[in-house]
This record gives sequence, C-alpha cells and structure tokens, in this order.
Amino acid sequence: MAEAPLLEAVDLVKHFPAARGAFVFGRARAHRVVHAVDGVSFSVGAGEVLALVGESGCGKSTTGRLVLRLLAPTSGSVRFMGEDLFTVPARRMKRLRREMQIIFQDPYASLNPRMRIGTILEEPLVVHRIGTPAERRERVSRLLSQVGLSDDVLDRYPHEFSGGQRQRISIARALMLGPKLIVADEPVSSLDVSIQAQVINLVQDIQAEHGLAILFIAHDLNMVRHVARRVAVMYLGRIVETGPVEAVYRTPRHPYTKALLEAVPVPDPEHKRERHLLKGELPSPVDLPSGCRFRTRCPEAFDRCAQVDPKLVRVGPDHEAACLLYE
Amino acid sequence: MAEGPGTAASGPLLSVRGLVTTFATAKGPVAAVDHLDLTVDRGEVVGLVGESGCGKSVTALSVLRLVPDPPGRVEAGEVVFDGRDLLPLPEREIRAVRGRRISMIFQEPMTALNPVFTVATQIGESLRLHLGMSKAEALKKTVALLAQVGIPSPAERAREYPHQLSGGMRQRVMIAMAIACEPDLVFADEPTTALDVTIQAQILALLADLKRRTGMALVLISHDLGVIAEMADRVLIMYAGRVVESARTADLFASPLHPYTRGLLLSLPHAGEGGRLAAIPGAVPALTELPSGCKFRPRCPDAHAACEGPEPALVTLGAGHPGDHQGDHKVRCYLHSPASVADAATAGGGR
Repeated sequence: MAEAPLLEAVDLVKHFPAARGAFVFGRARAHRVVHAVDGVSFSVGAGEVLALVGESGCGKSTTGRLVLRLLAPTSGSVRFMGEDLFTVPARRMKRLRREMQIIFQDPYASLNPRMRIGTILEEPLVVHRIGTPAERRERVSRLLSQVGLSDDVLDRYPHEFSGGQRQRISIARALMLGPKLIVADEPVSSLDVSIQAQVINLVQDIQAEHGLAILFIAHDLNMVRHVARRVAVMYLGRIVETGPVEAVYRTPRHPYTKALLEAVPVPDPEHKRERHLLKGELPSPVDLPSGCRFRTRCPEAFDRCAQVDPKLVRVGPDHEAACLLYE
Repeated sequence: MAEGPGTAASGPLLSVRGLVTTFATAKGPVAAVDHLDLTVDRGEVVGLVGESGCGKSVTALSVLRLVPDPPGRVEAGEVVFDGRDLLPLPEREIRAVRGRRISMIFQEPMTALNPVFTVATQIGESLRLHLGMSKAEALKKTVALLAQVGIPSPAERAREYPHQLSGGMRQRVMIAMAIACEPDLVFADEPTTALDVTIQAQILALLADLKRRTGMALVLISHDLGVIAEMADRVLIMYAGRVVESARTADLFASPLHPYTRGLLLSLPHAGEGGRLAAIPGAVPALTELPSGCKFRPRCPDAHAACEGPEPALVTLGAGHPGDHQGDHKVRCYLHSPASVADAATAGGGR
C-alpha cells in the first residue's frame, strides 16, 4: 500500500480526570488521571476493515471516538484523507464529517425516540444541505431498501422496532452521506444471536458494495475473525499486538492475546482446551503498573518487565507485538 | 463430569412438569413459559439456552416462586424438588427452601446486590437466617466463602460495599452468597454475560470447581453456546416459552435436529471460514403475536404444510436414532416426528 492510508492515528493519547478522588483535593487530585488511551498508532486503508479488540476499559471505544473527533485528544494526531483532524478549520471539519460516520452499540439509545424514522434518516442530508426534498426522500428509501426495510417504516417511531431493525436503521443513517469510513462500535453485541448474523451479513455486504473502510470495535473475538482482515489487540490504553487476522489468531505472540483467545468458549463439547487462566483483574487505569502494563497478570513475566515499557516490534510479516520476549 | 453424590434411588433432584407461567399484558395474558418440563439430577449441569424472551429466566423464577405477581402468575404445572411440590407451599415454607436448598445467581450483580449493605452483611444474612449462626460465626464463614470463590484479602473485602468491587468481584460475591448454605441446586442466570472473556473464564472455572467439590446441581441459563458446550451435561433449547429440543450436550452439538438449534449453531462465525453467516431470517415473534402451529414456522427453512396444523409435541427419538446415543434426545418438530402425533396438551379440540 504505497498511497497514504485513509485514516492514520499517530501516538493518540487521551487522559480523563479521575472522577473517583472526590475527596482528594489540591494537587494530588489534579494529577490523578485515567489513562484511557495511551499512545495508540494505527492506520486504515481505503476499503479496509480493521478490528480493535480488547476487554472493557481497554480504550477501544475512546479510540473510536478520537478518530472521529468526537473527543479531543490529550496529544497525538489523526490524519483523515490527508488532513489533520485536530487542526483543520471548523468549516472544513464539517465537510470531512460527511466522510466519517459511526454506528453505536445500543440501538435503543442512539435513535431519538421522538423522531420518525424518515426524519432520522433525512437529517444528515438536511444538516449538510444536500439535495432537494424529493431527492432526499429518494435517497432515504433507496438506503432503507439496502438495509432490508421498506418505505412503510418512514412514519413510524424507533420504539416500534426490534433491536435488529433499529440497528438496520442506524446503519442506513450512517450510510446516508456516502461516507468513506465507518466506526462500528460493538454493532451487534446487544443483539440476539440469531439477529447478530443478519446484521453482520448486512455490514459486510454494504462494506463490499460501497468500498467502505470500517473500524470495527468489538470484544467478540470470533466475530472479529469473521469480519476483519487486520486486527489490533488493546490492553489498558495500548495496542499490544497487531497484524493480519489469521496470523494473530493462529500464532498469537503477545501473552495477553494468547490468554484472550484461549478464554473464548468454543461451541464444541469435544473441544477440551488446555486453558491458562489469567490471574487477577485489570489494574486500575489510574495507577498503571510500571514497565509493561500487562505484567501483573502475565504468566510469562520476568524481572525486566517491571522496568521496561515494551514497544511494538516486528514478529512476522505486518505483524507486531509489544512484549520483551521479542525484543 | 456426571459424578456427584448420586442418591439415584430417590429420583431426580428437581422435576418440573407442565409449567405454565403467564404475564398480564395490555393485549391479554401471554404465556412466557408454556408447558415446560425440566428434570435436573443431583450434581448435574443443565444448560438452558435461548434468546431474549424465550422464557429461560422466567422458568428459574417460577421454580423459586419469585415471579412478580401481578403481572406474572404460575398457572399450571408442578415443581417437585426433592420429592415435594414447591408450588402449593405457603410463603413461610418456600422461604426455607429459597437460598437454603435452591439459590440463584443473577446476571447483573450490581442490581442484585444491595448497595447500602456490606458484603459481610448480605452473605451473613442467609447464614444467620437459614443456619442460625451468630453474627461472629456468620462473619467467619463469610470470609471463608469469599476465599473459596477466589477473592483476595477476603477479610477486608467482607467489610466493603458492592460499589467498591469490580464486576468480576461482584459476581464472585453473588456466587459466594448463592453457595453460602451449600444448596443442592443453583440457578445461574447468564452469570458471565456482563463480564469480559478472561474474567468469564475464571468464573466458569470457579463454578465447575464448586460443582465438583460440593456436588451441587447447576441450571446454567445462557445464550452463549460456547459456554454451554463447555459446562453443561445436558441442554434444553427454548423458543417462545417452549422447549424445542433437549439432549445430552455431546448429542446436541453433534446432531442438532430442530431447525432452530441448527440455525443457532450455523449462525455463529466459524474459525477460518469467510463468506456469509447463515443467519436465521426474521425475528423472535412477540408473545402476543405467536403464529399458529409450530412457533418457529415463520422463520424455519424447512417449514411445510403440517407445521401450520397443531403444534408439534416434544417427542423422544429413542435409542438407535443416529442423533441419540443416550436415549433421551427430544425434539419438537414434524421433520422428526409424524404429524399425527399431535401434542395432546396443545392440540385442543382435535383436527
């Protein structure tokens, strides 16, 4: 891929003030921060699907919001279509927003309950002053049919639909402006199993048809393997391993990736795994361990892990891991 | 995995027959659980699988007599636990069973735990109530239980409130509470759904270990077929308040027979296979708008004329059937039972 990627995040950092220290005053309080995203770099090519995976609190959703400039970073940059999102003028940013959209996890919270479906879908076109009313209605009904819904839904309200149907509506809304990039933040995790497959098929059809790039944020590792071509595994605000999906799943190099993959229950009673349970729980993102942040739970940790914070290093073709075992 | 202190002579630990639980809605009463049979042997792990609204949680609540009334009501059936029907028992007596002999682990520990009491108070309550322990004895036992479920520094944790604990810790506290009185049967309603996979793996290992050590039976309610494959000895698949298939876990995964069970298994992404997922079309119907005949019919790829007739019965295939190695594979589908075998309970006035 010689040309510049569609999206490039460089050394993104996002710290939030730690809300917990309500009774801690003065300097001590000011210095307590949650290291939600702590030095994350990746790129997504045009038409490519990159998955960000990790457990709750690893910073994957915050990363998704940063690359859309729904949040301002503490430091770092995001280049989208060659432009730095955090320095472009507001007018230009509004134009760029047409090219980037998001699908949220919870289709119950992300559709305004007081708006009719037709209004919800037309709104992006109205905001960006695209087309005549007739042209807008035309586009709304074309996209509705693409997501498998008919025009009868136009005058109905979100509460009249099931979770799967609402997620279809969210997908249609994300497509209204013909974006180049969609951030899909756990788009199927709130849906029933039989509906998940429907929505994933729809996302894949649309991705292929529109040549969309997707940043697919998920914790379901089986689904990620099915959907994405490349994957980045996050732990406590960092990418600890990244590479082509098959390479990472077949030969995981970082001990965390190994543990994560081993922990996924397999729907086959004959599959008697040798499972290395991770001990303990995620450390607080306020008080990070010294050195490698995974070392407190790592089955392979050794002395130097407490001193050195490992960088991503090459462990295979296009495959990197941040672990001292490979330095 | 099917050992345990099997006093097989005394029959199954739990035998639910013909359970019907309804809820009043604006459109009239609907049956959330409709003529359900469920048997659990001592020391056995039974998986209850299905999607939201299929009645799996209501089944557990019905057994424990915890269905909120109104709007809910257990209309019919019997729930025989250790030889005694729980449904007609007066409230006093069911309280002596609940928490003592049968307990429940809920999905969302934050809402199931009381935020204004410490961990020790909440676990201690059932120890003092059911086992008549003194405050000091209960505290000592609580600390031991917390240690048993893998909580570090249990003595300190016992003094904390639920909000001071992480999600995984809270679920461990829920489990400690559920096993405090060494019950014979535990219902675990999606015990790991709210947790991350690495923590889920810890909790599942803990449940398997407790089962092995105490011989308790477990009814594991889950929508995750991976969790079920790993934990359960036997599985019941539910759809629209009914059991549509039940079998030994190995039989069910090796030879799923009901089109819904097959659909659930096929819709999962399989490692290394690209292409489209085999989705089940349509959506689970609302209980107020169930179709006639087989309830899965509108979504079924194999539906035919007979499926619109009387609802198929849950029929045992019998040993010798290729999908049944244990003699107890049951399925509610005309593909596997002749249409003339109409379910006497639901066929109504005949054909």
